[in-house]
Amino acid sequence: MSEGVAIEILESGSPHEMTLNMGPQHPSTHGVFRLIMQLDGETVVGVKPVMGYLHRSTEKLGEARTYVQGTVLTDRMDYLSPMTTNWAYALTIERLAGLEVPERAEYIRVIVSELSRIASHQVAIGTFGADVGTWFTPLVYCFREREEILDLFMLCAGVRMNPSYIRFGGVARDLTDEFIEQAKVFIEKMPRKIDEYETLLTKNEIFLARTKGIGMLPPDMCKEYSVTGPIARGSGIAYDIRRAEPYGIYDRFDYEVPVQYGGDAYARYLVRIAEMRESVKIVRQALRDIPAGEIKGRQPKVLRPPKGEAYARIEGPKGEIGFYLISDGSTSPYRYKVRAPSYINLTVLSQLTIGHKVADAVVILGSFDIVMGEVDR
Amino acid sequence: MNPLSNPVGAIATGLDGLLRSLMPDWLASTLMALIGAGLIAVVVSLVVILLVWMERKIIARMQDRYGPNRVGPFGLLQSVADAIKLLSKEDIVPARVDKVIWALSPILVLAAALMAWAVIPWSPGVVPSNINVGVLFILSMGSLPVIGVVMAGWGSNNKYALLGGMRSAAQLVSYEIPGVLAALVPVMLAGTMSMTGIVEAQEMPTRIGGIHNWWFIFTPWGFVAFIIFMISGIAETNRTPFDLIEAESELAAGFHTEYSGMRFALFFLAEYANIFAVSAIGATLFMGGWAGPIPFVPSFGPGILFFLAKTFLLIFIFMWIRSTLPRLRYDQLMNFAWKRLLPAGLVIVGVTATWITTANAFIPRV
Repeated sequence: MSEGVAIEILESGSPHEMTLNMGPQHPSTHGVFRLIMQLDGETVVGVKPVMGYLHRSTEKLGEARTYVQGTVLTDRMDYLSPMTTNWAYALTIERLAGLEVPERAEYIRVIVSELSRIASHQVAIGTFGADVGTWFTPLVYCFREREEILDLFMLCAGVRMNPSYIRFGGVARDLTDEFIEQAKVFIEKMPRKIDEYETLLTKNEIFLARTKGIGMLPPDMCKEYSVTGPIARGSGIAYDIRRAEPYGIYDRFDYEVPVQYGGDAYARYLVRIAEMRESVKIVRQALRDIPAGEIKGRQPKVLRPPKGEAYARIEGPKGEIGFYLISDGSTSPYRYKVRAPSYINLTVLSQLTIGHKVADAVVILGSFDIVMGEVDR
Repeated sequence: MNPLSNPVGAIATGLDGLLRSLMPDWLASTLMALIGAGLIAVVVSLVVILLVWMERKIIARMQDRYGPNRVGPFGLLQSVADAIKLLSKEDIVPARVDKVIWALSPILVLAAALMAWAVIPWSPGVVPSNINVGVLFILSMGSLPVIGVVMAGWGSNNKYALLGGMRSAAQLVSYEIPGVLAALVPVMLAGTMSMTGIVEAQEMPTRIGGIHNWWFIFTPWGFVAFIIFMISGIAETNRTPFDLIEAESELAAGFHTEYSGMRFALFFLAEYANIFAVSAIGATLFMGGWAGPIPFVPSFGPGILFFLAKTFLLIFIFMWIRSTLPRLRYDQLMNFAWKRLLPAGLVIVGVTATWITTANAFIPRV
């Protein structure tokens, strides 16, 4: 299939144009993503994104496994923020089977998900900096604090990367006092660290020149392509599922939904920085208010949800992440469908890139913050 | 010549006298030239190995990391180990490259980087070749690498390499012009094109109209010219924020995508040799080369130490910039060269010329 794409572009091009293949193995494609670009000099005149190099048929695997086994698959989709994907899946099953979640578990979910959001945005900003051409300094700074978040995950879930921590009906294990203490220390110093990231990039003249006005995404186009998450909020659409359709206990916290009206790569960067600060606020409140109690609601030993279907969505770091499950009354879902934000956000990429320079194509892709595990599933 | 303040110069003079007593003059001078060339090549290569280590260490420290610390004390031998590894690698020649052009390119680039050293004075009397148009020679050597880079880009038969080569042709040619204009300022102030002459003019400053000529960087025009020169220097050595010839996040490795093993190492050596050369030229033209920090005291301490200290200070700034700044885009880079740097260079040359003429006409030289 991909060969056919390349040839199709080659034939349509004029003799002044050149076809440049980027990826699947390329330093700035954030995984195994492939861009076939048609260039006139350095200007991009045509783009074909080619996906599927990381396809592991997650959705089909989910249908062949029991509900609890399906949780493990969700870790491996958005591997930079597994907690939020866990939550979306758990929420769908809870709606499907009508399970209750205890208060303490709700708080724990909020804490780990917001930490996950910070960790994901750190990777987004760090790699974005590398795409713009800094010699990895923002990346290293971001990863320094991301390490601490992963250490926190190790304390609560036992592992750093694929925790499978949020399960339907609650969470896998209770938070220890050590976790609470460490998380409090971390959350107190985080705002200063975010300031540090900003000193490197936010007002840097070259950074501004590289990102302002690059990859302009008008709000209409956002809605047309159902682009969500920081990208939509960077285009002036104040849409955040935590606010629009509060799930869990998000209606109890005091936080803002950061919106920028630039619509360019810089606006997306600003939104992510601001969201990290808001996440810090939420975690601080949750750590203060967390009650004692159960972490898992009553549930049958083997889950057999009644026949029916459910869709639940949450605000992931990349946008609206939703699961659609159909139950036929057995132990595994009849249909396991994922609405992956990275994949849907990527649909606007080729329109945004045309007319820019090659270097901008990389910046635009970087500002989208895709995770190939989620795009290809 | 005082062997304490200028040990290298004393040894060179002694060796020259010894050779001349043993053989005819022409043979002695040829031999001296060969020894000088060999010495420069060896010293520069060794310094380059040190620079690679230094950059990795400095950037690592700025990024809260340790950097190399396993091989040798403080990881000093890391670059040596890397060089040995690169030397022992298979020499891969891609099937569809233009073999002659492709193989010649790294040699040309490295040779140009080393040749600039022919006229840079290390300390009084220690200059491989004290020609009276040293600045001109350096500027012409500075424009040679572009040919090598374009050859690499074209000969590799690779699209990333071609884009990198095309970018470099435009970039190097554009940034040469402001660089030349900036280098004109010390030439005008010193009244000579000889590198040694320029250092001597800064060492024993004359006074033009109440302003001392001591270290041209301390005069207003000299300072502006120094900034312009260093910006052009960064661009000509393809360093951040002008490193889009080998922009990793866009073009894989740019013009040297298809090179591996020792051929890649030659490009790598050339890059650092260029940094070293540009810093040395900047130190010589604007910061008084071997001159000590006290004006009017010419032979204070070994000049080679002052020269190296100034050079390494500039190299440190190069590395600092690399770990801090993002990369400019191709068109922004060209705009900056032609719309900002070039007019600034023209203005500063005009200002300097006006100053020198008026000061000479109305205020007596002291």
